[in-house]
Amino acid sequence: MRVSLTVNGKLRESEVEPRLLLVHFLRDVLGLTGTNIGCDTSSCGACTVLIGGDSVKSCTMLAVQADGTEITTIEGLAGEALHPVQEAFRQNHGLQCGYCTPGMVMAAASLLAEQPHPSEEEVRAGLEGNLCRCTGYHNIVKSVLAAADMAPVPAPAVAS
Amino acid sequence: MTATEATTAPGSAGAVLGTRRLRTEDPPLLTGESLFVADIKLSGCLHLALVRSTVAHGRILSVDLGPAKSMPGVVAAFSGADLKDAWAAPMPCAWPVTADMLSPTHLPLAVETVAYLGDAVAAVVAESEYAARDAADAVVVEYDPLPAVIHLEDALSDRNLVHEELGTNSSYTWELSPDPVAVEAAFAAAAHTVSKRYVQQRLIPSAMEPRGVLVVPHPYGGEYTVYSATQIPHILKIMLAITTGIPETSLRVIAPSVGGGFGSKLNVYAEEILAVVLAQRLRRPIRWVEERSENSVATIQGRGQIQHIDLAADSGGKITAIRVKLLADMGAYLQLVTPGVPLLGAFLYTGVYDVPAYSFSCTSVFTTMTPTDAYRGAGRPEATYAIERAIDALAAEVGVDPVEIRRRNFVREEQFPYASVAGLVYDTGRYALALDKALDIAGYQGLRDEQARRRQAGETKQLGIGVSSYMEMCGLAPSRVLGSLNYTAGGWEAATVRLLPTGKVQVVTGTSPHGQGHETAWAMIAADRLTMSPDDIEVIHSDTAMAPYGMDTYGSRSLPVGGVAVALATDKVIDKAREIAAHLLEAAAEDLELTDGSFRVKGSPTMEVALGAVAFEAFSAHNLPDGMEPNLEASVHYDPPNFSFPFGTHIAVVELDTDTGQVRLNRYIAVDDCGNQVNPLIVEGQVHGGIVQGVAQAMWEEALYDDDGNLLTSTMIDYLVPAASELPSFETASTITPSTTNVLGVKGVGEAGTIGSAPAVMNAIVDALSPFGVTDLDMPATPERIWRAMAQASAMAQAEGEA
Amino acid sequence: MIPSSFEYRRASSLAEAITMLGEGGDDAKLLAGGHSLLPLMKLRLASPTVLVDIGRLRELSYVRDGGDHLAVGALTRHADVHNSDVVGREVPLLAHVAGQIGDPQVRHRGTIGGSIAHGDPASDLPAVCLALRATLLLAGPSGERQVPAIEFFTGFLETALARDEVLTEIRFPKLGGARWSFQKFNVRAQDWAIVGVAAVRNGSAGVALVNMADRPVLATGVEAALAAGASPEEAAAHASDGLEPPSDVRASGEYRRHLATVLVRRALEEAGA
Repeated sequence: MRVSLTVNGKLRESEVEPRLLLVHFLRDVLGLTGTNIGCDTSSCGACTVLIGGDSVKSCTMLAVQADGTEITTIEGLAGEALHPVQEAFRQNHGLQCGYCTPGMVMAAASLLAEQPHPSEEEVRAGLEGNLCRCTGYHNIVKSVLAAADMAPVPAPAVAS
Repeated sequence: MTATEATTAPGSAGAVLGTRRLRTEDPPLLTGESLFVADIKLSGCLHLALVRSTVAHGRILSVDLGPAKSMPGVVAAFSGADLKDAWAAPMPCAWPVTADMLSPTHLPLAVETVAYLGDAVAAVVAESEYAARDAADAVVVEYDPLPAVIHLEDALSDRNLVHEELGTNSSYTWELSPDPVAVEAAFAAAAHTVSKRYVQQRLIPSAMEPRGVLVVPHPYGGEYTVYSATQIPHILKIMLAITTGIPETSLRVIAPSVGGGFGSKLNVYAEEILAVVLAQRLRRPIRWVEERSENSVATIQGRGQIQHIDLAADSGGKITAIRVKLLADMGAYLQLVTPGVPLLGAFLYTGVYDVPAYSFSCTSVFTTMTPTDAYRGAGRPEATYAIERAIDALAAEVGVDPVEIRRRNFVREEQFPYASVAGLVYDTGRYALALDKALDIAGYQGLRDEQARRRQAGETKQLGIGVSSYMEMCGLAPSRVLGSLNYTAGGWEAATVRLLPTGKVQVVTGTSPHGQGHETAWAMIAADRLTMSPDDIEVIHSDTAMAPYGMDTYGSRSLPVGGVAVALATDKVIDKAREIAAHLLEAAAEDLELTDGSFRVKGSPTMEVALGAVAFEAFSAHNLPDGMEPNLEASVHYDPPNFSFPFGTHIAVVELDTDTGQVRLNRYIAVDDCGNQVNPLIVEGQVHGGIVQGVAQAMWEEALYDDDGNLLTSTMIDYLVPAASELPSFETASTITPSTTNVLGVKGVGEAGTIGSAPAVMNAIVDALSPFGVTDLDMPATPERIWRAMAQASAMAQAEGEA
Repeated sequence: MIPSSFEYRRASSLAEAITMLGEGGDDAKLLAGGHSLLPLMKLRLASPTVLVDIGRLRELSYVRDGGDHLAVGALTRHADVHNSDVVGREVPLLAHVAGQIGDPQVRHRGTIGGSIAHGDPASDLPAVCLALRATLLLAGPSGERQVPAIEFFTGFLETALARDEVLTEIRFPKLGGARWSFQKFNVRAQDWAIVGVAAVRNGSAGVALVNMADRPVLATGVEAALAAGASPEEAAAHASDGLEPPSDVRASGEYRRHLATVLVRRALEEAGA
C-alpha cells in the first residue's frame, strides 16, 4: 500500500506492507535511525515521535495509519543549535547512554507544549510512559524543568 | 585526607579535574546522530532470527526447518545438529572458581537438550527482519519435556537433574574461612546473636538497548568486522577467535554507541558467535537485533541467591563474628563470569564494620532458568544487603537505634589502612563522617519525631526510615589477585596518549563506555596534566583495531584502572615533551614548568615553547636530542596495586499505606565517597542511576518463573522497571577521602548507588512495619507481600494474646 | 515485535466499515487507535487476517451536549476527552479517568470506543460506563441499536457487539454536581489498575470495579448496601460480593478482594456517600 506523509518537513512517499510498524518505516525505509526501539509492548517510550505535535509511540502504530500525517522525529528537532529541550538535557546531564533519550526528549517536548510550566510532580507524571535505566530520572526531571524556564519553548516544528 | 575546596588557577595542573564539565558525548546522542548497532545499515545484509525453546527443560526430538526454508526471502536455516561441528570451542566461562567446578558443555545452538527458555534450537537467515521472524515462527520443533528445576533448595537436593551428564546440580562449593575455630568460639561466647535468611530475587538487567550484533565478512581477505552492543569488545574478540577458530588477527570488534549494559553486556553470547559463523558460511553481512521479550529470557539475569547470615555480638552490640552460607543460582549454564559473581561478595559481608572473625561458604547450583551473571554490583549488593539488614536486626535485638549500632561497629578512621578479616586491605575510609552528613541532610531526629507522632496518632500513612552504610571493593582489579581467584584474565588497563603535529591530542583507552562519559572524563584527565583544554583532546575507544589493548568496562573499574592509565600515559608523554622542550630552550629539563600548554623556564617566563610546537618538532624530527625517537606517543599498561574502596551512607524515607500495603519512597538521601572526583556532574549521574536500580530491586523488580520454568515477567508490562512517576528526586552529597593507591586518588562509583540502596529501602520498609509486629520481609516489597506480612503478624499476635 | 501479515482495508465511512467487517469474516478486526490491538499483534497473541481501519472517520470524533447526557463519539481520543471543557464540566469523572489511562502517548492515540469495545476487565473506562449507567450506540448492517453499559460486557474480552457491528457513541448522563471518585491502585503509573473503583453518588449510587472479574463489573453488593442505608465502611465490606477476582503476576484474587474493600470505602468517602 502506498503511504504519503510529511516527516520533519519533507514529504515522503513509499509503498509499504500494511503490517509495517511506523517505527520501522522511519528507521528502515527513511533511514531515520534516531528513533529507537526498546521494548515490544508499548511500555518504554524509546520510540516516541510527534504526530501533529502530539507524542506517540511509533511502535504502536502502523505506517499505513500514519498516512497523511505530519511527523517530527528527533532528527527534526534541532536546527543549527539544539532545541531548548535538547539543550536543557545537555546542560543538566539528563542522559547517559542516550538510548532512551530521543524518546524522552520528544515526550518532554510534547509535555511542555501542553503544559508550558509544569511542577516537578507534573513532569514526573508526564514522563510516566518513558523508561530510562541510567539516570534514575533525577537529571531528566531537572532538564525538563530547566527547559520550561527557557522561555519560550517553541512548539516542535510542524511542517506546513 | 586533603580538602578539595582549594581553588586552582586556570591553565595550571588541577584546573580541569573536579569541574562540572558538560559531556562531549551528548550532542550526537541528543539528536539521533549516534549509531547503535541496530542503526548501522548495510546493503546486502541478512537478518538472523532465532527459534528459542518453548519448554524450560527437555529433549529435542525433532527440528523441522522445511516450512521455514520455503518461505519468501529465506536464505538459510540451521538446527543445532546442523552446526554442531561448526564450533572450535564451546561457549566460554572465564572463571572456573575451583579446580573441581562442574560446567556443562554449552553450544550456541542446542543440539540434544534444552535447559532454559533462552536456549536457541534453530537459526533462520532471511533478506529482511520481517521475513526472518515469519520463518522462525514456521520452524516446528518437538520436545520431550523434562522436569523444570526452579527452586534453589530443590536444585541442591538433586531430585531432578538439570544436566544429567554431570550427575548433580551442584557446580562448586567455595569457602573463605581464615579461622573457623575463632568463629565458633565467638558464637559460643556471644551475648547476642542474629540468624537470618535473605533471598536475593532474580533480576532482569533491562538495559534500554537490547543486544544486537552485526558481522561484516570480507570473504576474499578473510577478515571479519564485528559490531556488537557489548561492554567488552576486547574480551569478545579473543573469545570469538577461540570459539570460531578464526584467527584473532582476522577479527576486529567494534562496540559502537551502546545503550547501557549494567553487566548484561559483559558477556560473550551465543548470537555473537553464531553471527560470525553464519557470516563466514554465507559470505554476507549478518545482523541480529534482540527483541525485548527475547532479552528477558536470553540475556543474563542478575542476583539469584539464598543467603544465610549469622552475627555474634557482645553485650554492647559489638560484632564478634559473622558466618555466611550462600546458595547461588547459576541458571542453566555458566556464562562468562557466572560462577565468580557470588564470590565477589565474599569479601564484603563484614561491611563497614570492624569484625574479628568471619567464615563464608558458597554452594552454587544449576537450575532451568536463564544463566545468571554480573548485574550492577555483582555480588557486592547482595553482601551489603545481608550485612546491612542483619545489623538492623542486631540493633533491634540489642535495643539500640540502627544508627548507634553502626557507630559502635564501624572501622574507625585511625584504623586505616585496615586489614579486614576477609583478607582485603582498605586504603582509606571515613565511615562515620559520611553517616553524620547523611543524618544531617535527612534531619534524622526530626524524621524520628514525625514517625513517632504518626504512630501515636495511628495514622493510615506511616513513616519508615532506613539507613545503610556501605563500602565496596571495585576497580577490578589487581591481576595477581584475580589469578589467585582462578579468574582467567588480568585486571590491567591500557592507555596511549599522542600529541599530534597540530597540537591536538589523542587518548586511546582500553575501556569501553556505554553511558559513563569516558570521552569527557578521560579528556579531562589528560587536559588537566597537559594544562590545556579538553576540547583539543580526542578519546578513542571500543574498536580493537584502533585501541588494540584493553580489558573493557565493568566492576567500576574504568576510572580507577583505565583513567589512571590515561593519567600515567599522559605523564609519560609530558616527560618526553619536556626533554624536547629543554633541548629547544637550551635549559635543563628540571627547570621547566608546564603551564597554559607551554613549557616555561622557571624564573624566566619569556623563555617558553608551546606543547604544540614541541609536538611539531617531534613530528618533523629535525632537531631532537641525540638518540631520541620521533613523535610524542606513550603507552601504559597499568595494573592496579589494590582494589578501590568507595563507601557512604544512604537513608531512605518511605511512607506506608497501612490499609493497602503500598509503599511510596518519599525521600532518598545519599552521601557517597568515591575519593577525588574527575567530574562531579558525572559522579552524581552514576549515583542517581545506581540508586534506582537498588530501589527497584527492593520495591518492584523480580524475574518470576512458574513451576514449569516459564518466565512470567517477560515483557516490560510485567517486569516493573520504574518510571519517573514512581520516584522522588534525590538528595545527594559527597565526602572526599582520596584513595592512596593511585595517582588520581580516585575510586570507582558506577555501582556504589546500587550497593547502598536496596538495604536502605528495605530497612525503611521494615522500620515502618515494625509497630505491626513485622520484623522481616523479602524483596521486592510488593503491596501484597506487605499486606500479607501485616496480616500474618496480626494473626500471630492475636493467637499469642489468646494463648 | 513484528505482527503477522494481514489484509488492510481502510473504511471511508461507517457504512463501509460495517460492510468490510461483514466481508472480513470471523478473523476481521476493527482498528481505531490501535492501542489495544497492535500490542497483541506484535507479540503474535492476536493474528487477525483482515484489519478494517476506521481511524479516519472523523465524524466519529466528537463531544456533543445531548441535554441530559453527553454524547462522546467512539473515535474521540483519550486526551481529547480529558481536555474537553464540556466533559470536565458535565461528566468530570469521565474527564478525570481519561487522563489516567496508560501514559500521555497512549492517550494521544487511544480512543474511548476502542478501549470500551475491547472489553478488558483491567481497563478504566468500562468502569466509568458502568458506574454512570452509560448507554452505548452500536451500528450494524441492520441499523443502530442502543445497549445499556450494564448489559454490554458479556465475558473475558467479550461484549454485546456482533461481529459486524461498530461502537459509534457513548452517552454519559450528566453528573449535575453529583460527587464522584475514582480510585486506581497500581504500582507504576503507566500500568493497568490492579484494582480500580469508579463511584458516583447522585441520590442513588453507582459503583463499578476494575480488574475484579473476567469482565468489567458493577459492585452490586455495594450499591445494594448503600441503597439500604449502609455507611461507606459497611457498604465497602460487600465490594467483592459474588465476584471471582483474577490471580496473576501482580496480585492474588484474595489481595484484590482486600484492595476492593479499601478502595470502595475510600471512593465512597470521597464521593460523600
